[in-house]
Amino acid sequence: MLESVMFYALAAFILGFGVLVVTARNTVHCVLFLVANFLCVAMVYVMLGAEFLAIIQILVYAGGIVVLYLFVVMLVNLRRPPDAPVDTRRQSVVGFALAGAMLAEISAILVYSAARPVAAVATAPALPAAGNTETIGMLLYTDYLVPFELASMLLLVAMVGAILLARKDM
Amino acid sequence: MTPITPYHYLVLSAALFTIGLVGVLVRRNIIIVFMSIELMLNAVNINLAAFSYQLHNAAGQVFAIFVVAVAAAEAAVGLGIILAFFRNKETLNMDDMDIMKW
Repeated sequence: MLESVMFYALAAFILGFGVLVVTARNTVHCVLFLVANFLCVAMVYVMLGAEFLAIIQILVYAGGIVVLYLFVVMLVNLRRPPDAPVDTRRQSVVGFALAGAMLAEISAILVYSAARPVAAVATAPALPAAGNTETIGMLLYTDYLVPFELASMLLLVAMVGAILLARKDM
Repeated sequence: MTPITPYHYLVLSAALFTIGLVGVLVRRNIIIVFMSIELMLNAVNINLAAFSYQLHNAAGQVFAIFVVAVAAAEAAVGLGIILAFFRNKETLNMDDMDIMKW
């Protein structure tokens, strides 16, 4: 019962803030709605038993990436916003139509798979009693060591690229 | 009230993904388009966490962490490109960013 109330409240907040991010006229407001959206998504992760992911979401997304966005929004200070929030030109109509088609497709897949559930995957053993963070750390440094190293290389390349792109003499 | 199943989370994730898709397709301010992409990546992460919860397997959360790392790299490089472009053309409108179009 309590879980249902929590879920529906969080879902309403997530979708509401998502709509506000997309429709808000002022870009700074968009960024602030994005922070609220990320915090609600972090609470959903806690409900799903993914505490480490929730902390990462708050530290990296709400703390790091959003600050980056805020800096850029304030650096490119425009007198007038580049577009009306939702213009009614043909492009928007096509955009809404495509997004609606995507939603219909995902819904069809969900309805189809709800109607005929896949034979349960050989149920993996329940997560060991160790904490969520310890489990993820073990997985990251054993089974997923190569992807982990690749991700660190990707971040290094992104750092070099960002510094190069932001130089004055570009 | 029915208990919350992983399907509820999948529906939530599909709705959030669609909102992000509308933002990418309809808005022309490139910073807002980038934020809509972050919304879509978050929808994917909810999906991964929901399946990780259902299957009692932490691998889904590991992949969600990889998604977060890629999103951080994408934001850093993308915003660097936006700044470099803004210095040259004084615009954030995606429709004006056609200098590489043949």
